[in-house]
Amino acid sequence: MKKEIFEPFNVSDNNFEQCVKCTICTVYCPVLEVNPDYPGPKQSGPDGERLRLKDASFYDEALKLCLNCKRCEVACPHGVKIGDIIQLARIKYSKKKPKVRDMILANTDIVGTMASTFAPIVNPIVALKPVRRIMDSVLKIDHHRIFPKYAGLRFESWYRRYAEKKQNDFKKHVSYFHGCYVNYNFPQLGKDLIKIMNACGYGVHLLEKEKCCGVALISNGLIKQATKQALHNVEAFKKSIVDKNMPVISTSSTCIFTIRDEYPHLLGIKNDEIRDESELATRFLYRLIDSGKLKLVFKKNYKKRIAYHTPCHMEKLGWSIYSTSLLRMIPGVDFMALESLCCGIAGTYGFKKENYETSQGVGKPLFEQIESSKADFVATDCETCKWQIEMSTSLKVQHPISILAEALDVEATMKLWNA
Amino acid sequence: MKFDNIIIGGGLSGLTCGIKLAELGKKCAIVSSGQSAIHFFSGSLDLLGKVNGEEVSNPLESIKTLADNHPYQRVGIDNMTRLADEVPQFLDRAGLKFSGNANQNHFVLTPMGVMKPTWLTIEDFTRFETKDSFPWKKALIINFSGFLDFHTLFIKDGLKKLDVTTQIKNVSMKQFEAIRKNPSEMRSTNIAKVFDNGDALDEFAQKANDLSEGFDVVILPAVFGLLNKQIVSEIKAKILKPLVLLPAVPPSVPGIRSQILLRKRFQALGGTYFLGDNVEEGFFENNRLVAIATNNHGDIKLKADQFILASGSFYSKGIVATRDKVYEPIFGLDVNGETNGSEWKDEKFFNDQPYMHFGVKTDSQFHAMINGEPVENLFVAGSVLGGANALKEGSGAGISLLTSLHVAEQILK
Ligand SMILES: Cc1cc2nc3c(=O)[nH]c(=O)nc-3n(C[C@H](O)[C@H](O)[C@H](O)COP(=O)(O)OP(=O)(O)OC[C@H]3O[C@@H](n4cnc5c(N)ncnc54)[C@H](O)[C@@H]3O)c2cc1C
Ligand code: SF4
Ligand code: SF4
Repeated sequence: MKKEIFEPFNVSDNNFEQCVKCTICTVYCPVLEVNPDYPGPKQSGPDGERLRLKDASFYDEALKLCLNCKRCEVACPHGVKIGDIIQLARIKYSKKKPKVRDMILANTDIVGTMASTFAPIVNPIVALKPVRRIMDSVLKIDHHRIFPKYAGLRFESWYRRYAEKKQNDFKKHVSYFHGCYVNYNFPQLGKDLIKIMNACGYGVHLLEKEKCCGVALISNGLIKQATKQALHNVEAFKKSIVDKNMPVISTSSTCIFTIRDEYPHLLGIKNDEIRDESELATRFLYRLIDSGKLKLVFKKNYKKRIAYHTPCHMEKLGWSIYSTSLLRMIPGVDFMALESLCCGIAGTYGFKKENYETSQGVGKPLFEQIESSKADFVATDCETCKWQIEMSTSLKVQHPISILAEALDVEATMKLWNA
Repeated sequence: MKFDNIIIGGGLSGLTCGIKLAELGKKCAIVSSGQSAIHFFSGSLDLLGKVNGEEVSNPLESIKTLADNHPYQRVGIDNMTRLADEVPQFLDRAGLKFSGNANQNHFVLTPMGVMKPTWLTIEDFTRFETKDSFPWKKALIINFSGFLDFHTLFIKDGLKKLDVTTQIKNVSMKQFEAIRKNPSEMRSTNIAKVFDNGDALDEFAQKANDLSEGFDVVILPAVFGLLNKQIVSEIKAKILKPLVLLPAVPPSVPGIRSQILLRKRFQALGGTYFLGDNVEEGFFENNRLVAIATNNHGDIKLKADQFILASGSFYSKGIVATRDKVYEPIFGLDVNGETNGSEWKDEKFFNDQPYMHFGVKTDSQFHAMINGEPVENLFVAGSVLGGANALKEGSGAGISLLTSLHVAEQILK
């Protein structure tokens, strides 16, 4: 008999009709577990959608408590896009206007530009207790939160000044979507990526002006602006992928997830031409190694015990295998995988005063695992998970790309791939 | 991405295959598009409960009377006997304690208040050796106020037939007020989470003990020990009278715990578990499946020496039925049940429905077939197999566990 593709028939734009009311999703929602004010994935998603279609007044503002972690979707046996249904409902029905605080938290690039320009002043000031108290009471940004430090020299400026010229010496090329975090807070990660890619024989280029992926704009309800930035990015990606035949890689799991999946699902922006070739650097490297086109040589003296945390969006992408496989290739690494659980920060969510308790409650089981892991440090692909884990546990967090860069024998690898 | 073995489906069958193979050193991956039927598990694993409408007392003996194409007949009676004997230790290694005997069914009290024959029962629940007597005369059934998934009246009626007098009492506690606010969230898993996390257990046991003055036995819904298994023995110790737990409407607390413990066992043995990923197609060469493509991994194909299809029955979409045909959606494997749609159903709903026997066809060694030709390295296990009506026979978990262990042995040979 011939193979058939199973295509369930849906009347709605999203697929809430596929829900069989089994309630499995509610078991795995991290918010429902700690905050009873949240109606949970089934109620907020497919059940609520049925009501909202009848009458928009059934919309419940408590839906803003959803972390958009998508763990419900990963669990659902029937492929219901529960997280998307909830986010779309927020976009369509929420009447709450974003607050000044939300605008500040959401505009990671504008705030980043200002803050990194004045980094020597901004860093100590936002770290001061009295300042954090004021931010807490005026802006409702929880005073327990410590803002990630802003770098003095932005990644983009560093790149133009010190790295750009060399990149044309290579035979193969990729573009790099660095994201706000690398640009303003942690340029070192971008430098580490360039170090590895260059050793593997790839020149690394920046896009023609990248914009923030917009994940924080979406979650804070600034949809118009998010759409504008998304359209810009898709065009910039096309110039690299379609016109120059250069795939785009990134080191941020959330940026890449947003561009691949949230653009079409939540913003209705087509990305078919770029989606397949927009991916994480660890996946790009893994593919080369898996198909025999690359081998990494590591230093003999690197010895660390590393506990890997799977960020929610990595869980949804199913891609943690790429990062963890690369880490396991390092001979001196004693690797352990932490049970995949949400850390509770969900981007800007955990910074808001009203969410602080929920955020820490969600993360608690993960923090306990980390404290008992006996690891030297935690590895993870998401920058906001890094902040949360460093704020809430005694361990430091490193990105898999930075770990690889430290353990890599650059010269030996270079010799193999830059003949 | 290369593994020794890849298993499609992460339910009871897929996990059983994966654990068995990993225990013997194979590098395995399981790909599962979502959570499985174990979430609805009653707490008892059935081997064979009924043949031709007659209750079975000795499953291993009665298996001999099943049709030739029944999965049990294809495993073979000697293998069945040996493998069934292995199962309790196999589960024990994952931290799951089950008891029972493949030569002699015991009984469990169902949430409908009826005694049902079964093979292995998880330690949470009470085993009864006969179906027509209950060891206690006066039973107190306790429910949680606002909890709609425990049908106390059915239990009361059922026990009446066994000459047991019962009383039903409701308990409310402030720890449950939060989840009660939202009636649809007053589910057994959410109650279990409250008990898992905090101090509610002592207060509840105190209330139950006060109420059970003058009764011989306390009956409660199984809402204990979702992630923290210890809670089950704690509640048993804290309630002074004998305690009988009964399954509530799914999702099932012991079921989810079982799923999690089996998955953790598989991962602890070095297995890779891909959840939330869908296998989309296979790539064949000379009667062999060389690779599969999944939704998440796209162009990075998953390769293995052997593959096992454990994708479940209609409910999990391992088998799909449209108006006019039944098919296996990933590879388009041969299925039994491609016949005329009008012959699928028996008008009488409770009769043995022909469509319930539909499933993937295999040769005698459980190889999948395409156009009548076996695929050398693609095996089929669990409820995706045709030839049995698991619901009618009471053979669901037995088929999943034993065909999976058998297939794992074929691969290890
Ligand atoms: C509601 C219900 C309750 C039951 N209760 C009991 C009980 O109490 N006792 C008992 O003995 N038996 C019970 N059974 C019988 C049950 O069928 C078996 O016990 C057993 O759980 C079946 O396991 P399985 O692994 O074969 O299939 P499933 O548990 O259905 O698992 C199949 C898995 O494959 C995945 N899958 C399907 N297609 C794909 C794909 N293309 N790509 C990736 N993954 C895929 C699915 O997501 C699913 O996780 C019950 C069955 C049902 C439906
Ligand atoms: S898990 Fe999926 S099918 Fe089940 S209730 Fe949730 S959305 Fe519905
Ligand atoms: S996306 Fe996460 S927080 Fe939101 S409903 Fe789903 S599981 Fe819960």
